[in-house]
Amino acid sequence: MQSYSIFSLARNALSGHQNWSKAWRSPPLKKRYDVIIIGAGGHGLATAYYLAKNHGITNVAVLEKGWLGGGNIARNTVTIRSNYMRDESIPFYVKSVKLYEGLTKELNYNLMYSKRSMIDVVQTYPKLREIKRRMFNGDLHGSAYERIEVDELRRRIPPLTGGGPESRLPILAGMVHPSAAVCRHDAVAWSYARAADDRGVEIHQNTEVLQLLRDSTDGSINGVETNRGTVYADKVAVVVSGHTTSITDTIGLKLPLKSFNLSAFVSEPVKPIIDVIVNCPDIGVYLNQSDKGELVIGGAPDAGQSFRRDIKQQVFEDAVCSMLELFPSFKRLKLMRQWGGTLDIAHDATPIVSQTDVQGLYVSAGWWGGFKAVPAGGYTLAHLIAKNEQHELTAPFSLNRFKRLDFILEAGTTTAT
Amino acid sequence: MLQISCPFCGPRNEVEFVYGGPLKNRRPDDISQIDDTTWIDYLTVPKNPLGPVQERWWHVRGCGCWLTITRDTRSHDIIESEIES
Repeated sequence: MQSYSIFSLARNALSGHQNWSKAWRSPPLKKRYDVIIIGAGGHGLATAYYLAKNHGITNVAVLEKGWLGGGNIARNTVTIRSNYMRDESIPFYVKSVKLYEGLTKELNYNLMYSKRSMIDVVQTYPKLREIKRRMFNGDLHGSAYERIEVDELRRRIPPLTGGGPESRLPILAGMVHPSAAVCRHDAVAWSYARAADDRGVEIHQNTEVLQLLRDSTDGSINGVETNRGTVYADKVAVVVSGHTTSITDTIGLKLPLKSFNLSAFVSEPVKPIIDVIVNCPDIGVYLNQSDKGELVIGGAPDAGQSFRRDIKQQVFEDAVCSMLELFPSFKRLKLMRQWGGTLDIAHDATPIVSQTDVQGLYVSAGWWGGFKAVPAGGYTLAHLIAKNEQHELTAPFSLNRFKRLDFILEAGTTTAT
Repeated sequence: MLQISCPFCGPRNEVEFVYGGPLKNRRPDDISQIDDTTWIDYLTVPKNPLGPVQERWWHVRGCGCWLTITRDTRSHDIIESEIES
């Protein structure tokens, strides 16, 4: 792998940037691999990387129906945080935040990682109580969450001029989660792809999985049917976010997931005005400012189940109206682009990293915005695939919790469903 | 934006309605006779089709009726809508 540094940049500048080597190969598709990972998004590529790095399994194919990193890894609002509620969830996300911190160095790729705190603008007492509970539980697991008063909140977020005492929902307090960060989302996919490819993993784009294949004698998984022919493997991992059930339906495997559309949009670039991630849980909007100066804004999901990747007009209007209640000066901002993604979620809002009833088939799903979980999700799924036993961090995320009706009702997942 | 056909009010904008979730699984008839898997599937596995799904909408800013509609999850096309009895 060509190392990226100031020297390689200077060397390539002298030769007119004509001699950069390709970040990953495009090898021919083989007939058989040890492991097939369906989905070259953040989680799939991270899984491939950690399989190769931590477990020495390199005969791996990552199959992607579109292009690398074109799904939800390209469609999120880049927030990395660990302010969850449950004892089962917090240690996992703490690990993920920690892995993200070291990722630029580990993968030799500039992720533009920027630790900048997330501040919740709290406007109702039930929300305040719920977040306070998350604060106390976070303390037990080393995930800091602190309350600040309204004056301090307005000092730290200067454009926050709405929500005064006369407004519909006066601001009560702010809650600061200092370890929250943002980083460049595309770079996460590209850096994992490059590092996995360097260790021998094959990435196949434009290779759509049409059908999972089971062994006719013992029912275990033995490969996948793709638009480029049949590929065999004894272990197959489904890491496709919203379309998980579309793939597992092909062998009649039922999973407790529903898919929804979540969308976001960005404004024109402006001078730096907000240096934290702002989350307004009571009115359902969250935003941060990118390095380019654009405000990246997200709202509530579309109500009904959906596999679409666009944004519905009234979802968009709701988010804008909510934002203007608290940030009236944003009224004159032009909005430049909008997009949506398909996410899936289990009804307890906790992810699924698990083996299934079909031997050799693994799923990583239900992340509902799994961007923050990419490193730890890949790390633990690789452990599960390699050793056939759960990593301790994701042991509670197994499908067995549904069989025991022992749900992990998580309030830290940003969702209104 | 959806345009939902209400039998009383005609085609109306989605903003007049409140989403009431997908139509629930049918409760197994004799729950003393079924095995755990069937019961757990009934409780935990929703339908998540890449295609038509049945769901309930409440025309709260209109006639107040509950409707059941069949909507395609890929295109948002409403194939059928009927009033709940």
